[in-house]
Amino acid sequence: MRELECDVAVIGAGPAGLAAAAAAKKNGAEKVVIIERDSSPGGILQQCIHPGFGLNYFHEELTGPEYAGRFIAEAEKAGVKVLFNTMALDLREEELMCSGPGGLLRVRSGAVVLAMGCRERTRANLVIPGSRPAGIYTAGTAQRLINIQGHMVGKKVVILGSGDIGMIMARRMTLEGAEVKAVVEIMPYLAGLRRNKVQCLDDFNIPLLLSHTVTDITGVDRVEKVTIAPVDGNKDPICEESREIQCDTLLLSVGLIPENELSRGRGVPLSSVTKGASVNQYMQTEIPNVFACGNVLHVNDLVDNVSRESERAGRNAARYAAGVLPVGRPVSAVPGENVRYVCPQRVIPGGDEEIRLFFRVAAPGEEVTVSARSGDRVLVSRKAPFVNPGEMESLTISAEDAVGLTADITVEVKGGAR
Amino acid sequence: MYNTDILVVGAGAVGIAIARELSKFNIDVMVVDKKDDVGGDASKSCSSCISTEFTLTPGTLESKICQCSRPLFDQLCRDLDVPLNYCGSITPAVNQEQFEKIPSILKKAFDNGVYDVEYRSKEELLEMEPNLNPEVLGGVYSPRDTQINQFLLVVAQAENAAENGVEFLLDCKVEGIELEQGRVSLVRTTKGDIRTKYIVNAAGLGNDEIAGMVGECDYTVHPRKGQFYVLEKDTPVKVSHIILSIPLPQTRGKLIIPTVDGNILVGPTAEDLYDKDDKKTTKEGLKEVEREARMLVPGLHMEDTITQFVGLRPAREPEGYNILVSEKARGYVGISGVRSSGLTGSLGIAKYTIQMMREAGLTLERKKGFKATRKGIVNFSKASDEERDRLIAEDPLYGHVICRCETVTESEIVQAIRRPVGARTVDAVKRRVRAGMGRCQGGFCGPQVLEILARELGVDAEEIRKRDGVSYMLRHEK
Repeated sequence: MRELECDVAVIGAGPAGLAAAAAAKKNGAEKVVIIERDSSPGGILQQCIHPGFGLNYFHEELTGPEYAGRFIAEAEKAGVKVLFNTMALDLREEELMCSGPGGLLRVRSGAVVLAMGCRERTRANLVIPGSRPAGIYTAGTAQRLINIQGHMVGKKVVILGSGDIGMIMARRMTLEGAEVKAVVEIMPYLAGLRRNKVQCLDDFNIPLLLSHTVTDITGVDRVEKVTIAPVDGNKDPICEESREIQCDTLLLSVGLIPENELSRGRGVPLSSVTKGASVNQYMQTEIPNVFACGNVLHVNDLVDNVSRESERAGRNAARYAAGVLPVGRPVSAVPGENVRYVCPQRVIPGGDEEIRLFFRVAAPGEEVTVSARSGDRVLVSRKAPFVNPGEMESLTISAEDAVGLTADITVEVKGGAR
Repeated sequence: MYNTDILVVGAGAVGIAIARELSKFNIDVMVVDKKDDVGGDASKSCSSCISTEFTLTPGTLESKICQCSRPLFDQLCRDLDVPLNYCGSITPAVNQEQFEKIPSILKKAFDNGVYDVEYRSKEELLEMEPNLNPEVLGGVYSPRDTQINQFLLVVAQAENAAENGVEFLLDCKVEGIELEQGRVSLVRTTKGDIRTKYIVNAAGLGNDEIAGMVGECDYTVHPRKGQFYVLEKDTPVKVSHIILSIPLPQTRGKLIIPTVDGNILVGPTAEDLYDKDDKKTTKEGLKEVEREARMLVPGLHMEDTITQFVGLRPAREPEGYNILVSEKARGYVGISGVRSSGLTGSLGIAKYTIQMMREAGLTLERKKGFKATRKGIVNFSKASDEERDRLIAEDPLYGHVICRCETVTESEIVQAIRRPVGARTVDAVKRRVRAGMGRCQGGFCGPQVLEILARELGVDAEEIRKRDGVSYMLRHEK
């Protein structure tokens, strides 16, 4: 069995892993290794050939592969070693067991960064009734087939879910000659970014049906039609108003789930809301040598946020491996009014870094006040013209403001509920 | 034009058991099935229990065959490397009405010759199965009830039969049977004519259609739909025994089944239908499964479902196992009425049918060099660190994990395709090695399995199907 020792081992060479590894290297970790199951770096960005990436981080618009390319170059320049075609099988207390073409590989490291990304929710997760023909794909799977493998998955398409990948695939399928008959969304509001609705649906005259869902799938061998119906306030379909849409393909863009099987095997405590690890502001999980970032931690809508958060994880993993990461008794960061979750979930007061709290609202709102307070003390507050569950928000607290905190930090979004 | 001695129609559990049993003898055997793969229809979408069937009506052919069949699995599974979960079953009474039925259930088990079925108290049951409904009053324990990987049961026998000379013709539908002087002589199929001396009809749901071709159909077969849930391996509330329901006049109740692979299977409904293609799950059916399963194990996490499916059991009218060696159309053997006990009954049915054929004049001579054993594909996921290292050293494709949810490697997928009666479709790969059977349901590995199939079969990816018919994975209109 081969063995490898390093300061920081990163699992996954997607945007999160690349940013974390480069940052670890730049912050003093001598040997940084990325374990990657694919044969090339970039993760899911490799198949995201559309533009719209990097506006926040690079202040210019890039495609997915271009955005990934910048971080690949960065990691290379920093001297990060990437082991391709290598799968992390088991995260143990003393080692990370991996397999690759050369056999098993035992990796021992001062710190581990989890950057495995997420998977798509399936038709079965939603329990959509009907038959099980060919032609039902998650949007990301269809994206891979079309953009990487060069295969067309269907000609007449219905898309369930208005997530970003779903909308982007609506445009992509249209450009490839398919007819996208509708994007169907069970909620009364959009699941993804507004700009994607404009650029991917409106510009191509693709109808968006809010408060609707798919109630039946018909087809013996291949999808022949789906039945859709409006839903009432409890999200129950109003079957009397249902109608059929003839199609050969149903794409699903109904949510992402962090891929935490390795974390679970290691006993890393997970949040029941984000389905990712519970971390402090250093992106450190409750297992001190394990850090997490990107979509394995909580599902992001902008890769720019992932990069920043992952740099934080990489930097602090390096500091942990060197024995210089601050320790302390944390307070909790908890969701208050109209907030679904806050990540990181814990803050160690008196640290030496500014604290960035990411969160999602529970319901859309306009002209709201977004704030974080500890007890009665308001740490930060700002106005926001618009908030939507599909668009992640954040608040930054300076290190000085967090000195001496004893009460939990509550994040709340007040006023302006629609 | 094909030539054989015995043509078996139907590659489900019964048809394949018969073919494999016949492969022990010096006689030509061919199996045809209208589907793309062995594994059948009802056989692959059932509760997957190999049980003592202690609740059958004593004295019936079904009871007799099932009692003889159950012990045959121990040897078969050893010989052919098929995983069998020796979990035993518990039948709890969760209300007074059910509790009062326990003495008659025990008596029936005894009359069926299943002497090891015994009563267990509430306390004993809750110790054996802590997630059971705490209102349980008592129940029945049957130690020899087991769960099997039903796909591998059929695939293993088919591979072994092929090794021993049985020929397979899949995607092949029987269209007519011709007699000569009252004897079966020629079978017309979508893949050409087959000259044969015997035809064994093990066509399950399609049974009546084949029987009608020789005028031996004095019964009807309709589908009885069963809807199931499959729960994720790491769902927090699991069971370690098969949990059965005591039937009441208003419902037959549901089963909760721990599978050899670590999933939990919950179902089925029993809905009588007339459309043999209706494999749709329904909201109502799935709700019924959930409601009734919760009577047994209230804490089940149904939201941990990774898939739901439908199985169609062939329901015969009049009911009951029927094995006919025809006198009207000599050489025709019809097996009908095989219902939910069919997987358990399959090995016994094979022995019984062949004995009846012998009594009607078939002479069989044992084959020299019959290969009695078969090794399964070695699962990387179940191997130790040392074994994994050795597997990769022997075949580097074992180092390439394709299905991350079930940790299935490229080597296993390639073997599934290259073996005798190998996989030709995405679902056939899934059934053999579990690629795509995990939580993401093929989202990640599906596109790769597609490419591996195309590469191994030497065809374009556009030719690759999910399963039968026109179930092409890619743009299907050319």
